[in-house]
Amino acid sequence: MNSPILLQPDETFILNVGPQHPATHGVLRVKMELSGEYIVEAETVIGYIHRMHEKMGELKTYPQFLMNLSRMDYLGALGYSHGHVLLIEKACAIEVPERAEYLRVIMVELNRIASHLFWFGAFVMDLGGFTPLMYALQDREHILDMLEAVTGSRLTYCYFRFGGLYNDVDDDFVKAARRFIPRMRTSLDKYRRLVTENVIFRSRLEGNAPISKEMCRKYGASSAVARGSGIDFDVRRNEPYSVYPEFDFDIPVFPEGDSLARYRVRMEEIEQSLRIVEQALDKLPGGPIMPDKKPKLIKPPAGDYYQAVETARGSFGIRLVSDGSKNPYRLKLRSPTYSNMHLFDEACRGMLIMDALAFMGSLDLVIPEIDR
Amino acid sequence: MIYDQTREMLAALFPAVTGDDDQGEAEAAKDGARSNGLIERDYRVHGYHLDAQVDPDQLLEAVGLLDRLEYFLEAITGVDWIADNQLEVVYDFSRYDKTPCRVVIRTRLDRQNPQVPTITGIFAGANWHERETHDFFGISFIGHPHLIPLLLPEDADFHPLLKDFKA
Repeated sequence: MNSPILLQPDETFILNVGPQHPATHGVLRVKMELSGEYIVEAETVIGYIHRMHEKMGELKTYPQFLMNLSRMDYLGALGYSHGHVLLIEKACAIEVPERAEYLRVIMVELNRIASHLFWFGAFVMDLGGFTPLMYALQDREHILDMLEAVTGSRLTYCYFRFGGLYNDVDDDFVKAARRFIPRMRTSLDKYRRLVTENVIFRSRLEGNAPISKEMCRKYGASSAVARGSGIDFDVRRNEPYSVYPEFDFDIPVFPEGDSLARYRVRMEEIEQSLRIVEQALDKLPGGPIMPDKKPKLIKPPAGDYYQAVETARGSFGIRLVSDGSKNPYRLKLRSPTYSNMHLFDEACRGMLIMDALAFMGSLDLVIPEIDR
Repeated sequence: MIYDQTREMLAALFPAVTGDDDQGEAEAAKDGARSNGLIERDYRVHGYHLDAQVDPDQLLEAVGLLDRLEYFLEAITGVDWIADNQLEVVYDFSRYDKTPCRVVIRTRLDRQNPQVPTITGIFAGANWHERETHDFFGISFIGHPHLIPLLLPEDADFHPLLKDFKA
């Protein structure tokens, strides 16, 4: 018998979105209770690719753990490594040469642009526009080539060392980076005309999933989720680290709180990152990339240490409890998407399922980074 | 400004014991299990400003106070102090405004029967963080609406970040 299932008017049903679904960009599952096409209740199920990085942190020595950080967020890996090396340098009082710190910022910002470009392409693809992804990947390719030449890898970089860097840049890199900046600006203009000003795109996102400031605070949201809700919060500005105070850049903030605001924050951030790279290239000092004096064995004095950095996905925190030995006693990784995704369950109540998926795209999820 | 305000309000939780940085850190170094109280930390070294160790009964009061002062929840985690036969729950708070003030609230629990009240009633975002801490350390958050494994498999009955965990 193939008779249709008739639902009573007040009856709901459960729909599993994921764990293998293109819209979730990875192994993420959302258990949605639907009434027609409206979401009554949603429960996000994570942990499908949990690898227990924090236990690995306890079992490995400090330098051995360097590579783990880039395996959390495969799109913006350098930001996470940056937090880790800054934490250990702070705890062990290691001086970093100025050139190394400038180069770190250049790499992190290039990586941020690459990450935002990929998000941009994938997000527009979620909404049904395929072409921008190809343009975005083409631009991103230039960055990956530059980073590959210097760091030796295209995604899972292990470029930062405690006290400095693994490799200095050559003239080719500087030339390529300088060439890239005007190219990217042209592309940004293209994206603006092609996507941002597109009527269909705008009416799809305007008013989609408004998030209040209060909700951001209760969940600890950061990055474009907070800045799209009118919260002027960027760790680079709020708790300046590295050489960021040297640069002139803006923190884009949009008050609307909807998906379009989150989109515009990230697109504006690409331009701001370009400005930082440009200034850093101009000011790039000479000198060594590793300090002269560096402890042979990394052993932070016993105590608690915390370091926050602004990665492409938001405020990444790393908390170390050291007992003075060569392994961390406890290493906690606070991943930004974890908090950003957490508010999805509450925010998507009463939304149409298609709107919820557009909203999910606007959160910029990278699942290995949530699951750690 | 906000730093002083937070410090005073947190210090009010501990009528007798408040130590300054040196004293507190010396005490912490001497003996792993420090007593409850508020310690001011050097931000440039530790990356946070205020460190309050509270009794589990005072937890909701301390967290509610930070909520009123518009802090946001950064993360919740645990530390296994197996030598002291204690588990510690650590709550990190921070602010969205331009005067950074990071506050750490911590509480020590009996390792055999680790129980602490949930703060999901105050910060809805604590939900996942508490589930994760339950996964890793087996700490029960009393009153949590949905305390099932989050990152570990749904039938997991082990707690991998306990120091005596054997894979």
